[in-house]
Amino acid sequence: MATILTVDDSTSMRQMVSFTLKQSGFDVVEAADGAEGLQKAQSSRFNLVITDVNMPKMDGITLVKELRALPAYKFTPILLLTTEAGIEKKKEGKEAGATGWLVKPFNPDQLLSTIKKVLG
Amino acid sequence: MGIDLSQFHETFLEESFEGLDVMESSLLNLDAGESDSETVNTIFRSAHSIKGGSATFGFDNVATFTHVLETLLDEVRSGDRDVTQDIVNALLESVDCVRNMLEAQRDNSNYDEAQVKAVQTRLEAILGNDEVSEETTDVAEESNSSNGWLIDFKPHLNMIQTGNDPVRIIRELESIGVISVKANLEKLPDLAEMNAEDCYLSWEIELYSDVDESAIREIFEWVEDECDLNIKPLQTEVAAQEIKSVDSPSIKTEVKPEVEVVNKNEESVQNKATPARTKSTGEGGSIRVGIDKVDELINLVGELVITQSMLGEMGQNFESSNIEKMMDGLSQLERHTRELQESVMRIRMLPISFAFNRFPRLVHDLSSKLGKKIELKLSGESTELDKTVMEKIGDPLVHLVRNSLDHGLETPDIRLAAGKPETGILHLNAYHKGGNIIIEITDDGAGLNKDRIRAKAISNGLITESEVLTDEKIYDLIFQPGFSTAEAVSDLSGRGVGMDVVRRNIRELGGAVDIVSSEGKGSTITIRLPLTLAIMDGQLVRVGKETYIIPIVSIIESLQAKKESINKIVDHAEVYKLRDEYINIVRLYETFDLVPDSTDVSNGLLVMVEGEGSKIGLFVDELLGQQQVVIKSLETNYRRIEGVSGATILGDGTVAMILDVAGLVVLSRAKTSVNEDKVA
Repeated sequence: MATILTVDDSTSMRQMVSFTLKQSGFDVVEAADGAEGLQKAQSSRFNLVITDVNMPKMDGITLVKELRALPAYKFTPILLLTTEAGIEKKKEGKEAGATGWLVKPFNPDQLLSTIKKVLG
Repeated sequence: MGIDLSQFHETFLEESFEGLDVMESSLLNLDAGESDSETVNTIFRSAHSIKGGSATFGFDNVATFTHVLETLLDEVRSGDRDVTQDIVNALLESVDCVRNMLEAQRDNSNYDEAQVKAVQTRLEAILGNDEVSEETTDVAEESNSSNGWLIDFKPHLNMIQTGNDPVRIIRELESIGVISVKANLEKLPDLAEMNAEDCYLSWEIELYSDVDESAIREIFEWVEDECDLNIKPLQTEVAAQEIKSVDSPSIKTEVKPEVEVVNKNEESVQNKATPARTKSTGEGGSIRVGIDKVDELINLVGELVITQSMLGEMGQNFESSNIEKMMDGLSQLERHTRELQESVMRIRMLPISFAFNRFPRLVHDLSSKLGKKIELKLSGESTELDKTVMEKIGDPLVHLVRNSLDHGLETPDIRLAAGKPETGILHLNAYHKGGNIIIEITDDGAGLNKDRIRAKAISNGLITESEVLTDEKIYDLIFQPGFSTAEAVSDLSGRGVGMDVVRRNIRELGGAVDIVSSEGKGSTITIRLPLTLAIMDGQLVRVGKETYIIPIVSIIESLQAKKESINKIVDHAEVYKLRDEYINIVRLYETFDLVPDSTDVSNGLLVMVEGEGSKIGLFVDELLGQQQVVIKSLETNYRRIEGVSGATILGDGTVAMILDVAGLVVLSRAKTSVNEDKVA
């Protein structure tokens, strides 16, 4: 089964995402900010990265850029979790190399169907 | 799938309260003119997380409110709006509102909806009501549907480099209707020229479905800038034809089997979903523990298991030659047990910043209310303290800080007239000292006025006109019940809940509070607290056949009583002359109705202890060892007993009572009401 990295500074959101994914049989690794996420992504391989946008230390957009610069993550799906309904953040995320996004609030079912779009 | 989101509520509430604290302290920094972008970002991030979480976990009232809050913060963050005092105050009030709403959620209680509404209106007024609700704008999209759609999908070369896969998108289209797909290979170069990272294919997709165009656009949402997409309605007759025969001469991609695989996955997903968990009640509370502390525990438990199995093996066929090895093993066991105990205790320890954090706001609000200029200094915030002690010290600390603000620190004009800087300083400090935590509250205010305290104490009948008291004793008077010197009963303090309550609360925690002051220069209140309530260092003593435990912190010294120093006074009371002091003797065997080895004080030992500001000498038969004891409550297991604060279980399994020194002092006072000048 695929291994997923979930990056979010909010513990409850991270727990929710992680719990939902684990229930579906995915292996999940958590990181509390972009910097930690990048470091974890470098030390092991993930099939999918799900990251929050607004985080301390390193935000989600920067994390996407950093990941895309790594050969190992050139094609890896990266999803942004965003509350910004505005087009701006999504565009910024896409330009940074994000695969897609999921708008908060979302429920576990929405999360899983979004993931199905990028992981078979 | 049936995931019960309420299992995350506790975590969400906990992190939200932390977020609110961060917002509050950052806002107070902004207030001080420190409007750097990182501070604003931090505030925004906290509000943003609370909004996202509350919407996700179904706290809609919080989500609605924080949405407005976030909009304002976003304008501040992007520089569209300057930080004014008005905005800071409105934001601080918002923090209170959100906190109230979340507390109501946590405690299953109500909050002041009118207040929330008022603050929300205020925020909206600042925003100028120019915020059009965003959600309503994209509703009016074209809703023309047809029998089907012809989708011309030409990915750009770099599309797969963002992790998007055209085949997956096509597969998703199949979930909303029947599709027929033609791949266009025109742009496919020779193998030698092909770049594996580029996407050369394009597709023409016929979708037979009655969905709206918007539903199709949604599927392509992530890639709309990375492809050329053309969607148009299918001609009706073409649609009918194609449904009958999906064969066409061009290359076709058959996606159906894969879709079935996906469906199977979905099924297994649903089967694995656990039944909804029972709702967590939130009672008992929780603490966040650093992973390093948990690792340490696991490590220690591992060591214990190893030692235990080593000893177990030795015990199976024990030879006397192994005795040394066994002693080694036992001492190892002892060491690990002690380390384990210390680690477990550390889990309950939190930095005192948790208690200190509320003061910046308190000082900010009160100083403006009182028209005073006050700078709050915090130090030693990382000093750790047991969670229970921390919770119980919160209110006394607030009381003491309010007192300093209200009575201690002066208004700017008085300060200037006294030749002091306009801004007063209130300093909260914490540090560890010999198994205790010391908290100091220092102000550079007016200090205590000895004459006024004296006069007040005389008028309250606490002392007589003729009594001569040391400075220490005078300051101590303010901790007496019913004492208050504030001339005007203010909104803040001096409402009868006095320093006596503060002292009593601190004593209940096994701590002490005292004050030193210098008139015109300020005061320092020092609180001494045990690091934990669960374990203490005890001195074991024997009275007759019983073993008692005296808290080591309260012992001054132990001595063999000299006959000539024992004085009998009226009412059967006895005092012991120690250097220049006369100390009441308490015969423990009388207090607890026991048969002692000897009833003659000079045959036993006197343990001098201090509590409630007085010393007493406890008459015991023998001093036993000293050891750390785990305190068990007597009240929850039996009932309250005068002179006993709790019980513990000794190594041999017997129960020993822990003496309540302060209680014994009060008992002895009641019994003798002795005065030093009555001594013969």
